[in-house]
Amino acid sequence: MNIDFSLITTEIVLAILGLATFTLGLIIPSNARKNLGNFALLGLIIVLGIAVYSWPHQGEILGGMYIVDNFSSFFKIVSLLAAILVTLGFRRYVVSNVGNYLEYYSTMIFATLGMIVMISAGDFITLYLGLELMTISFIVLVAFRSFDVKSLEAGIKYLLLAGMSSAVLLYGLSLVYGATGTILFTGVAQSISAGSGGLLLIVGLVMLIAGLGFKISAAPFHMWSPDVYEGAPTSVTAFLATGSKAASFAIVIRIFVGSFSGIQEHWVMLVAVLAALSMLIGNLVAIPQTNIKRMLAYSSVAQAGYIMVGIVAASQAGVKGVMFYSFIYVFATVGAFTVVASVYNKIKSDEIADYSGLSQRAPLAATTLLVCMLSMAGIPLLAGFVGKFYLFMAIADGYMWLVLLGLIMSMVSVYYYLRVALVMFRDDPEDPTPLRMGTSVNVTLLIALVVTVFLGVYPGPLSDIANTAAQSFFIP
Amino acid sequence: MVEFALNHAWLVPLLPALAFVIIVFLTQRSAKLSSTVSIAAMLGSFVLASAIAVGVFTNHEFIEKSLVYSIPWFGMEGFTINVGVMLDPTSAMMLFMVTLVTSLIQIYSTGYMKDDPKYALFFSYLSLFGASMLGLVIASNLLQLFVMWELVGLCSYLLIGFYTFKVSAREAAKKAFMTTRIGDFGMLLGILFLQIKFGTLDLVELAAKIPMFEQFGVSLGLLTLIAILLFMGPVAKSGQFPLHVWLPDAMEGPTPVSALIHAATMVVAGVYLIGRTLFLYVEVPGAMTLIAIVGAFTALFAAAIAITQREIKRILAYSTVSQLGYMMLALGVGSLSASMFHLWTHAFFKALMFLAAGSVLHALHNRADVWDMGGLIRKMPITGWTFVVGGLAIAGIPPFAGFWSKDEILVVTMEYAKNGNGIGYLLFAMAAFTAFLTAFYMWRMIFLTFFGKEKAENHPHESPWSMTMPLIVLAIMASISGLIGTPWANIWGEWIHFGTPHHADPALGLMFLSVLLAVAGIGLAYVLYYKDGEKKTAQALAQKYQPLYKLSYNKFYIDEVYAWFTQRVVDASARLTYYFDIYFVDGIVNGLAAVTRGSGHGLRFLQTGRLQTYALVFFLAILVITIVLAFGPSDLASIMGGVK
Repeated sequence: MNIDFSLITTEIVLAILGLATFTLGLIIPSNARKNLGNFALLGLIIVLGIAVYSWPHQGEILGGMYIVDNFSSFFKIVSLLAAILVTLGFRRYVVSNVGNYLEYYSTMIFATLGMIVMISAGDFITLYLGLELMTISFIVLVAFRSFDVKSLEAGIKYLLLAGMSSAVLLYGLSLVYGATGTILFTGVAQSISAGSGGLLLIVGLVMLIAGLGFKISAAPFHMWSPDVYEGAPTSVTAFLATGSKAASFAIVIRIFVGSFSGIQEHWVMLVAVLAALSMLIGNLVAIPQTNIKRMLAYSSVAQAGYIMVGIVAASQAGVKGVMFYSFIYVFATVGAFTVVASVYNKIKSDEIADYSGLSQRAPLAATTLLVCMLSMAGIPLLAGFVGKFYLFMAIADGYMWLVLLGLIMSMVSVYYYLRVALVMFRDDPEDPTPLRMGTSVNVTLLIALVVTVFLGVYPGPLSDIANTAAQSFFIP
Repeated sequence: MVEFALNHAWLVPLLPALAFVIIVFLTQRSAKLSSTVSIAAMLGSFVLASAIAVGVFTNHEFIEKSLVYSIPWFGMEGFTINVGVMLDPTSAMMLFMVTLVTSLIQIYSTGYMKDDPKYALFFSYLSLFGASMLGLVIASNLLQLFVMWELVGLCSYLLIGFYTFKVSAREAAKKAFMTTRIGDFGMLLGILFLQIKFGTLDLVELAAKIPMFEQFGVSLGLLTLIAILLFMGPVAKSGQFPLHVWLPDAMEGPTPVSALIHAATMVVAGVYLIGRTLFLYVEVPGAMTLIAIVGAFTALFAAAIAITQREIKRILAYSTVSQLGYMMLALGVGSLSASMFHLWTHAFFKALMFLAAGSVLHALHNRADVWDMGGLIRKMPITGWTFVVGGLAIAGIPPFAGFWSKDEILVVTMEYAKNGNGIGYLLFAMAAFTAFLTAFYMWRMIFLTFFGKEKAENHPHESPWSMTMPLIVLAIMASISGLIGTPWANIWGEWIHFGTPHHADPALGLMFLSVLLAVAGIGLAYVLYYKDGEKKTAQALAQKYQPLYKLSYNKFYIDEVYAWFTQRVVDASARLTYYFDIYFVDGIVNGLAAVTRGSGHGLRFLQTGRLQTYALVFFLAILVITIVLAFGPSDLASIMGGVK
């Protein structure tokens, strides 16, 4: 078989980068360890450059097991952006809070590699390979603060629950294989349109939804996320909430909108219900939270609910909405968590009450947190509004109840987001000394701020790119 | 350079916008740096705008067909909104005028606002204003224009209320914002109608579609309604009767703001909008007549108020309202050329007079009553003589700028009348009488302020160079800027016109009449307020016609009528709805909020922190879903909203 290796240049370079970072971590003199982050950052930026450069280079290898198209390239870039922002924004946090950080960066790069493999998967085996590479890397990352009981607890929880969900997913995959006789996504689609189906397929489908729903923390499969988000090092939380979610959404779209479109009537309404549940639970439970990481964890459950709306639409407009939202969600979420981490770095607290007067102590951080949260709430002129607009417009005919619920829950979310804003902007700080965050943090915050505002005012270009990429599914 | 400027016209508003961002985020602490950034950006825009003007006016192609380029802003299926640039002689002229006047006023402000604690903030607002105003001018579609329109409104609000410690300034800012909001509401409705009926807001496309309005299922009645709704915006923004009330109060802002926003630039945005959408108005004669009547009436009405006012800036404000009325009148009788010409000359002489007034107030430490002044020209020669130039220009003495543009308006109004519009003669009479009144009240102010006896309690001194330099430049413009539009060589009319360029023969009779009116007005003011040192005749006249005097002095009690209306009708209904709101609506809302919060607290207890619970929920969910999917009703999907 002829394999066009140039199609997977991004993956190859990323794998080499992971290994190189790992090796470098072992041999680097201890006084130069700080530069490991810079090395990883530089490498990731180069990989991103390669990914962007190879955008027009498309095709399939290994007989359709690995797909490189506009859609996968888009999500690869999203994942890489998440990795870059997390590396850049949390450099200091990692140095001072993540104990033995020698393997930290290489593990993170391997997690990224897992995401990218998963995004490009064309069959169940590749999917599972990527998914497990990502998950196992994350288990290590979540428990990285090994001196911290909370981090360890989160690691154990994630290990057990992720293992459980993987088992369910695998079971589902095997059932689908049993029903259709193929593991290729395209083969599944053909087999379904040829008439295979029945209870076996449906049970498999449910298992797939549960297994992948776990990854995107959709209710009711979300219960791990608040505990793990809170316990994990904040940098890992940010990456978990953005990169891992974006990659999982990519594969959900590829499987459901791509392969299972023949039996839409069985899963569309199920996804709609899960989306509704996620919005409800995420937003409502976020209200009483006092720890900002937990609040953001619930808010990220709610965000997953909004994104699932685009899958309910199962149309080009819906897929475009998911892509657009995933992109902006990376910036808003990393921006918010960067603030959380750098504040923690200074005052050793994640309690919302301790954010009082942050606008006076660190104006840029307070502004970025506010803008990112308002964007997630969907306030116009910020990117989140445009994203939600695309998502909900895609289902406006047919699922009006879901649109209404989404609007109401967005309003509810304003309540708990603005509570943080109130503490930051209205209250006076107990200790008014300015917090100096450092250049890399400020740069990250500025990027998040500018992108969130810019895409809110001028979404045209990104929306066009997403639209073109979304076509991959709808033009035979 | 010219080519570059034409293709990058969006830089013109962008530079001041950048200046705004830079000042707010970086240089706010340093006053000097902030004003430098602001002025440098505006001068950059001025250079670009000059290049654009050269490019447009020297190229015959652009005079007939506007240069438009745009990029998609946002859109969805079957509906795209672009942002873009539309360059034609009208917008090129506006760009040049706005950047020139704004630069001069910013330079002036470095002197006038020197010791203000919010100096940097002031300049950031000026930059933001410049950006929005220039954005408005180049807008290629109505939505973009509307956004900028609201932004200039916001800047106006911020700057009127700039002296936040003054109650009157805060009230004036509120009044301005709310009054213009009434007009904006109508305007937005008009814009929405256009989008719904014609499917586009692009000015070029609309210009092509509207003449065939019947093909789009629009009746003449509906089109008239749209035109009138759209006209509501300009009525409020350009201070036309009956929504003019905010403009005189807006003088509470710093004087450079009055000169820039409430005389030269923002208030003419309404005139500009009508000029931009004239293709709509020519289809609906009813709306055109309405515009002409509103314009002529506003001109006369405001002039009649101005003759008795005592505060220097208030007189100028009513004069602005009156002159805006002239511009509207010119549009109403169908002459874009005359209207824009008056807009152009007015910007210079009115900005000049406001800045000179500011220089006077600066010297007299904010004594504003003209009766308390006198003889200032000896101590403040530059301010005084430039003001006199402004006075000659607005009164309509040739060859100063105002003469040519006002004469042009009289000519087109007369032609309108001769073309069989009976009302035209009335409009002409109103406009001519206003010309007389204008000369009179302006020179009343000049004689009282700058001539006659000096008052002992005043210790005036000439203002610094930063303030007098802009005065001189503006005085030069006020003298010569009309010469490009004389009836003998009407270059202006060749450049800026609607439809085919119009060649009027020099109407010497009318010219003679208008000079006569101006001289009569000035002469009357001379007799009453200069020759008669004690001003006995003036007081006797005021005594004799006291009811009329009071009516004018109290601005025809329009404000009182509005106040009565707000107190009785608005406040009463507000009280009613207030009770409804706090007991009924709030009851529901608070109840809902309590339920929401409560469910949040309740749901939290599911989150036990125990792995076993999480696993249990996970598997239970799978079980329930499987059972429902496998054994539930088969039409579940259609119950939930259905599969398309």
